[in-house]
Amino acid sequence: MFLLSTIAILTTIGLALIRAISGPSTYDRILALNMVGTKTTLLIVAIGFLTNRPDFVDIAMVYALINFIGVIAMLKYTRYGQFANSLDPDNLNTDNKEN
Amino acid sequence: MNYILDILSWLLIIVGSYFSIVGAIGILRFPDFFTRLHAAGLTDTLGAWSILCGLILQCDSFLTIIKLILVLIFIFFTSPTGTHALARAGLASNLKPWRKQ
Amino acid sequence: MFRPRTVSLFIFLSIIWLLLSGHYNPLMLFFGFISVLMTTFIAVRMDLVDKEGHPVHLTWKIPIYWVWLLFQIIKSNFQVSIRIIVPKINIDPEMILIPMNQKSDLNKTNYANSITLTPGTVSVRLDDNGEILVHSLDKNFADELRSGSMEKKISTLGN
Repeated sequence: MFLLSTIAILTTIGLALIRAISGPSTYDRILALNMVGTKTTLLIVAIGFLTNRPDFVDIAMVYALINFIGVIAMLKYTRYGQFANSLDPDNLNTDNKEN
Repeated sequence: MNYILDILSWLLIIVGSYFSIVGAIGILRFPDFFTRLHAAGLTDTLGAWSILCGLILQCDSFLTIIKLILVLIFIFFTSPTGTHALARAGLASNLKPWRKQ
Repeated sequence: MFRPRTVSLFIFLSIIWLLLSGHYNPLMLFFGFISVLMTTFIAVRMDLVDKEGHPVHLTWKIPIYWVWLLFQIIKSNFQVSIRIIVPKINIDPEMILIPMNQKSDLNKTNYANSITLTPGTVSVRLDDNGEILVHSLDKNFADELRSGSMEKKISTLGN
């Protein structure tokens, strides 16, 4: 049963990676990456069960938090090109727009 | 007792695997960014939760169960926030939502 | 400094530390006590210990709401998964504005997160005049949200 969940998670990651590689816009790629991150948390837990090492759960906990912060940081960076200040995302002057 | 737990655990893991893979197929098949968000929601909610619950039922130590429940709570709180931030950023950068013709 | 909410945060953090560490010899317990004390002190100095930062008043109400939300999530999960696996994709996505009568920021966040958590609807933007811009995957998800059953449940949490 742990093997089944590991295989299912790996299939999901593989399919999401196809979208991450082919996605037309930057945000499609970040969406796929977010999904890969969530699934990696589960993969760490499932592998911990598979190899009978419950310590892996601690790593999964930290990974769940880092994944969230990473996605938010990546979104902010693609939007503003910097981490320094937080402008209103709708009223950004249009010269330095991405895509 | 163990049999019941095993059957429940199998059931939850199969349901979770189904929703994860269907969500991944969804982000490949749906036409634009905003509709793909819904497919990703499938994997992030019931896909992740069912697999985690199935694994929790197979735990024998109390501390590991608590840690897995904490992972569940982290995913519960962070995944909608991340999805909302993504949708907000996508709208702010003028991605046009796909409409049915 | 010693308001009831601060004390409850201290107890809550202590329980989390005890459950996560798994070390129960006196030295480790002492270190844990110090770190919980420092965390509480920093949280108080950052003005985080209020109704939003530590919503302890919701302890008894929110599990009931979560059970209801879980059933909604399971229902819409099945609806979205059927739309994905049929051979020809038949969806009608649209952006809709949902009015919202919630006063407090905590309730607004709760409502927007619940909308996003239910597959089929994603909250995209919160406007200042109390409306949420929601992207819905199909007509029936939008209609369900317009009926306002979720907002009624949120209102039972108080403000």
